[in-house]
Amino acid sequence: MSEPAGLPIELHINGQKRALTIAPWTTLLDVLREHLDLTGTKKGCDQGQCGACTVLIDGRRVVSCLTLAVTKDGASVTTIEGLAKDGKLHPLQQAFIDHDAFQCGYCTPGQICSAVGLIAEGRAKTPDEIRELMSGNICRCGAYPNIVAAIQQAMGQQS
Amino acid sequence: MIGFEYARAKNVAEAVSQMAASPAAKFIAGGTNLVDLMKMHVERPTKLIDVSKLPLDKIEETAGGAVRVGALVRNTDLAYHPLVEKRYPLLSSALMAGASQQLRNMATVGGNLLQRTRCAYFYDLATACNKREPGAGCDAIGGHNRMNAIFGTSDACIAVHPSDMCVALAVLEAMVHVTGPRGERVIALTDFHRLPGDTPQRDTNVEADELITGVELPPQGFADHYTYLKIRDRLSYAFALVSVAVGLEFDGSNIKAARFALGGVAHKPWRNAKAEAALIGQPASEATFARAADIVVREAKGFGHNTFKIELARRAIVRALSQAARGIPQSQSNKKIA
Repeated sequence: MSEPAGLPIELHINGQKRALTIAPWTTLLDVLREHLDLTGTKKGCDQGQCGACTVLIDGRRVVSCLTLAVTKDGASVTTIEGLAKDGKLHPLQQAFIDHDAFQCGYCTPGQICSAVGLIAEGRAKTPDEIRELMSGNICRCGAYPNIVAAIQQAMGQQS
Repeated sequence: MIGFEYARAKNVAEAVSQMAASPAAKFIAGGTNLVDLMKMHVERPTKLIDVSKLPLDKIEETAGGAVRVGALVRNTDLAYHPLVEKRYPLLSSALMAGASQQLRNMATVGGNLLQRTRCAYFYDLATACNKREPGAGCDAIGGHNRMNAIFGTSDACIAVHPSDMCVALAVLEAMVHVTGPRGERVIALTDFHRLPGDTPQRDTNVEADELITGVELPPQGFADHYTYLKIRDRLSYAFALVSVAVGLEFDGSNIKAARFALGGVAHKPWRNAKAEAALIGQPASEATFARAADIVVREAKGFGHNTFKIELARRAIVRALSQAARGIPQSQSNKKIA
């Protein structure tokens, strides 16, 4: 395949406007990591099964590995790098530290972005509901009980 | 991914004409299935026509008491819509039983209808698959077929349709609206997906140049007596081994109306008219439900690894009918089977 004509798109990433010219098969995940050097968002399975690449598009959690960036022209994207404000960690970031909610940390940016989306949805009230609605984020270290505890702490602060 | 052209459609008419001009193109909306398959080189469109910004994202009541759902409504938006939660809780429940919240936030109604099988041989280019490459053979038959079909199979294909949403839509007898170069038409959900026969490459009766515009839910929603019971290898975020969607209505203590469909067991949501008829006028009892389940499973055929699904389906039908009759639908967060 010859080098494609790139397509111009504009994304608002963590509050910053970014104009890009990209090939249509570029995923949002690759745009973030390879084009913008925002490597906090992780590539795990690259098939939508592990949740490591979870980001928020227009406030809703999605997997960036199955999102073609050209289809999101004009959208607002929030990644793990965009959560802390004025040098202060997001309550979920702090809660993950407080509860030791990770070991290797590879799934953590996706877990935290997913939990931001979960709290915004306002549907999960019980630990069962948190577990169910976080099932798209796999933690191979098995930190699940601590992740649920961290999310409960952050929910309590925000409610 | 193999390279492709990309075009954004400004309206439905433009989407249809762009497709007519590029027969090897595909529409893309949520992309959760298509992008994955393109990465695996199973799907190789020369062009993607982006329909994701078309104005097909509304949920509206019609004059006749039905509800019209736009093809681009996201799975979460459909599941959480007040009208759907109240009148069609079976549909909400089935949607929440499928995929993960991230994928439900991306996936559309139209794309869910068109999602392709998860048969491992369909995904694996090193194996024979008549659905991927007509005439190549089927390595699932005689292979690792634990997830494969027990109803409506053919010598060419034993794949299953993976959707949970469609199983609920089969019970609700939804109508699918499509448009294309030959105009608009409506296809009953129960006629929408095909059995594999000798053309397993065709999943549905939609033509490649047609665009799904919406789904209509008839007024009867079975909101008092329904369940979606999904049996799978993990408690969440796994495809069904067997699932059962049920809608019942009662006249006193006897069943007045009954529909049920199975997922994870066939190339389409599986209904059996004789089994449903056997429930009518009967009291809600284990014996009644067992009779209906027996009628369904006597047509089942196992392929070795998946033969356990026959007994699993029989028991799941009895349990699901019992849940619906008791008015205690299966919770999709507390996984203890009701």
